[in-house]
Amino acid sequence: MAAIDIAGVSTTYPNGVRAVDGLDLRVADGELFALLGPSGCGKTTLLRTIAGLEPAAEGSVTIGSRDVTRLPPGARGVAMVFQDYALFPHMTVAENVGYPLRVRRAPREVQRSTAERVASGLSLSELLDRRPGQLSGGQQQRAALARALAVEADVLLLDEPLSNLDARLRLEARTFLKRLQHDLGLTTVFVTHDQAEALALADRIAVMEAGRVRQLGTPREVFQRPSDTFVANFIGSTPMNLLDAVVRDGHVECAGARLARVPHLASGTGVIVGVRPEYLRVDEHGITGRVSIVENLGVTSLVTLECAGGALVSLTVPEQDEPALGRSMAVTAAPGRLLLYAAEDGRLLDSR
Amino acid sequence: MTPRRVVRRIAASALIAVVLAFFAVPMLWLAGAPFDARPGLGLRWPDWTLANVRATLAHPYALTSLANSVLLCLVACAVTTSSAALAAYALSRVRLPGRDALLYLLLLLSSVVTGTAAMVPIFVLMLQLGLIDSRLGTALVLAGGLLPAAIFILKDFVDAVPRSYEESARVFGASAGQVLGHVVLPVARPGIAMVLVWSFVNAWGNFLLPFLLLRDVGRQPAAVLLRTLQDEGGSVNLAVIPVFSLLYSIPVVVLYVLVDKRYGFRFHGGIKS
Repeated sequence: MAAIDIAGVSTTYPNGVRAVDGLDLRVADGELFALLGPSGCGKTTLLRTIAGLEPAAEGSVTIGSRDVTRLPPGARGVAMVFQDYALFPHMTVAENVGYPLRVRRAPREVQRSTAERVASGLSLSELLDRRPGQLSGGQQQRAALARALAVEADVLLLDEPLSNLDARLRLEARTFLKRLQHDLGLTTVFVTHDQAEALALADRIAVMEAGRVRQLGTPREVFQRPSDTFVANFIGSTPMNLLDAVVRDGHVECAGARLARVPHLASGTGVIVGVRPEYLRVDEHGITGRVSIVENLGVTSLVTLECAGGALVSLTVPEQDEPALGRSMAVTAAPGRLLLYAAEDGRLLDSR
Repeated sequence: MTPRRVVRRIAASALIAVVLAFFAVPMLWLAGAPFDARPGLGLRWPDWTLANVRATLAHPYALTSLANSVLLCLVACAVTTSSAALAAYALSRVRLPGRDALLYLLLLLSSVVTGTAAMVPIFVLMLQLGLIDSRLGTALVLAGGLLPAAIFILKDFVDAVPRSYEESARVFGASAGQVLGHVVLPVARPGIAMVLVWSFVNAWGNFLLPFLLLRDVGRQPAAVLLRTLQDEGGSVNLAVIPVFSLLYSIPVVVLYVLVDKRYGFRFHGGIKS
């Protein structure tokens, strides 16, 4: 059990790329923490820096009360599950799970009994004598998790834990992983590029871009109040509407409609209006446009309106209320769900 | 069937028969001649006898030469495989400028180094080192010649071992030696088995090197002795040669069968995770 403190860490690759750039982060003890971002944002590098597989060029990594910045991976008290699980193909599941103890030269019986104990907790008891090649994807993932848990480390690191599973299994594994982490109370950091996965699993999320943290917060905070347009764009399974707007006479004007009152902004200020499709509803007045595309999402339908000036606005409607193509509709945002971002740097200004 | 197709089938079968005979005749000779009362260079149904076997076993150098062969090959094979495994691992994992060029150069030069062209310098070198007539010295020269190609082959196998395996072992605290011994070598085992057999067979069949470097007939391996098997009159000793040839071919076949059974040759080196 330990918290992780990352202070001013930079990780540079030999080709000069600064994959992690002066990053500060604190993962609390027992927390399930997500590093989320598009590919190439440095999230995996940060995870590998915590594990010690990449040396930190600057800054320090502290696990518990120990500064581990200069320690080799094996001495840090971390366990890691790799994206491809990295189960050794020439060893059985039992040998794989017992491997961390073999490294420490524990007797064979101890290796075996530990493997049996850990594996039974992950319902792998029947599979102990199989080789990884004979396991399904979900079983391989559990075997890799079992091996990581056999380490009895302070910190568990997971690199894209669900990305190698098919869609159906992914949901089951997600629930399983969350329950397991909750039961063990083990400080866990995982990397994902899937925002839905991060929102569903994590206690807190760090949204990363270009080696820096863009926003740090609970899934609710990150989803409801993205701190800038990058995060707003990245989070959410249906992309957020981000519309160019201007302030006129203390009101935001967007796509020919007068939206919210913003008394403190000067007239002529350029802003970006952000509102999630889920938080828009059909109204008598508001942003008006013609229905151009309807996409069925199951319970809801995603309707795209073409508004004055060519702006496209999406909203979700219950599937039974699906409008006909070409119909004219007006939509307004639910109270408190309208976000205003500065046009010049994409920073969150206000919500209405 | 049209007449044309019949003719084509007959022609194809005839061609296959000729090719087959070309390979089968020496094999049949090897099976029959050792047990023939009057062995010749032709192929015929033998008059069964074990006299040739007795004559071969009584030959002063026949069995020693086979023992010499085994010794030479085991040493060459062990040196080649172990050094190649370490070198292949290093070359596969360490980023070295001009690494591929180095490998190709090694491979290219190796065929020259132990080839006929370099025989004189190698002989002089061994002479000055006092390693003429040394079986160990000869084994090392053999290993030196095999090493570049062995590294080249093994590097492909080691390249195919996913890096995440090693990193995973390292996070569990494995030392470099443990990573190599527990993970990389076992996963690259088919490649190592292949290099083992390949280097053994190569050393076993090498004639020129031991012929030049081992002057004492008591230290010469089977491949060299075979050439000198003559009777008192100076003509080819047909009582000993067939049996000796048979004995000479057994170890390679046995080794091949054993390794193939244990590992199954996988020349493609692909490893499924």
